Amino acid sequence: MAKIVGGLTSSHIPAIGSAIARDLFEDPYWKPFFDGFPAARQWLHDVKPDIAIVIYNDHGLNFFLDKQPTFAIGAAPEYRNEDEGWGIPTIPAFKGAPEFSWHLIDSLVGDEFDMVTCQEMAVDHGFTVPMQLFWPDFSYTDVATVPLVINTVQHPLPSPARCYKLGQALRRAVESYPEDLNVVILGTGGLSHQLDGERAGFINKKFDLMCMDKIVDEPEVFLDMSIDDLVRDAGAQGAEFILWLAMRGALGDKVKLVHRNYHLPISNTATGLLCLDSAA
Amino acid sequence: MAEHEPIPGTVKFDGKMAMKGYALNKMCYSFNNAENREAFLADQEAYMDKYGLNEQQKQALRDKVVLDMLAAGGNIYYLAKFAGIFGLSVQDIGAQQTGMSVEAFKEKLLRAGDE
Repeated sequence: MAKIVGGLTSSHIPAIGSAIARDLFEDPYWKPFFDGFPAARQWLHDVKPDIAIVIYNDHGLNFFLDKQPTFAIGAAPEYRNEDEGWGIPTIPAFKGAPEFSWHLIDSLVGDEFDMVTCQEMAVDHGFTVPMQLFWPDFSYTDVATVPLVINTVQHPLPSPARCYKLGQALRRAVESYPEDLNVVILGTGGLSHQLDGERAGFINKKFDLMCMDKIVDEPEVFLDMSIDDLVRDAGAQGAEFILWLAMRGALGDKVKLVHRNYHLPISNTATGLLCLDSAA
Repeated sequence: MAEHEPIPGTVKFDGKMAMKGYALNKMCYSFNNAENREAFLADQEAYMDKYGLNEQQKQALRDKVVLDMLAAGGNIYYLAKFAGIFGLSVQDIGAQQTGMSVEAFKEKLLRAGDE
């Protein structure tokens, strides 16, 4: 049977993709951010995942507002990065796992999560940046991927509780797959940031640190929060924390914190990295 | 449509804004394609007409004023593609929206971890 070995979180800011392309790993601005990743890569080396399910939001590459799904999932043999309008270099394709994806779809829809299914899907920085961070130098081609998109672009967004429950359903889906596969779940985006409005540049370190603490052992504290609560406390785009909650829901009750790093700012954003092992 | 308590300095991009900004956001979505970016730069007025932008949207783009684009229904993820054509980063547009210099805005971000 397939099993979930753990979860990772990472911010997915486009500027990180440019910094990777320009090798800025030792640059004083970037170093405290990039230095968080080797410990997570070591953990990945130890747990050897076959498949990464990447929970992110599309930023207007694969989906436009003509058809904006709340939850969507990839079922393609490969996923390509494409021009997003402003020049992050495009990178080699990501390997898909279509049969595994269709198993997830069957299970999730059977579990009352009615996913939009995508047999072709372009993946933007929300997906590519975390994959490049955890599997550097294009070594991500060693792992198969399933993109799982949650809408954070157009309100109404699904609630924190709903996203957490999606994660729980995802766990049931993975664990009912007959093949012995190790699966890691990536929750991307966040932490606090706001790009638009007079409140642009809003960052809330105190709230972020609370999120990084509580999501490990007490994720239920977030389940009564509304999207408006998240926007108020974490900024308009900080609502991406729902993507982390979906990841956490998939890990089960007990997890072990392997590694964490919090650094701000990168671009307009406070960044958070968590590495959580399911074998608590 | 449900009313919600406003959060200061924050436009909630909901159904109402999605309807209002549809043409503007659709035009910005077209900028994922390099040929379309070139066509826009070659004749901005004709390109805006082609997508059916209203006068409020057109003027906001002519002026490059982000708060006006938001008021006209622009969604920040799509406006970022417009900003990119002119080489404007999220710090540049953050500075503009908050009435700060870009240097002061970057300094504010760097200091956000101090307290």
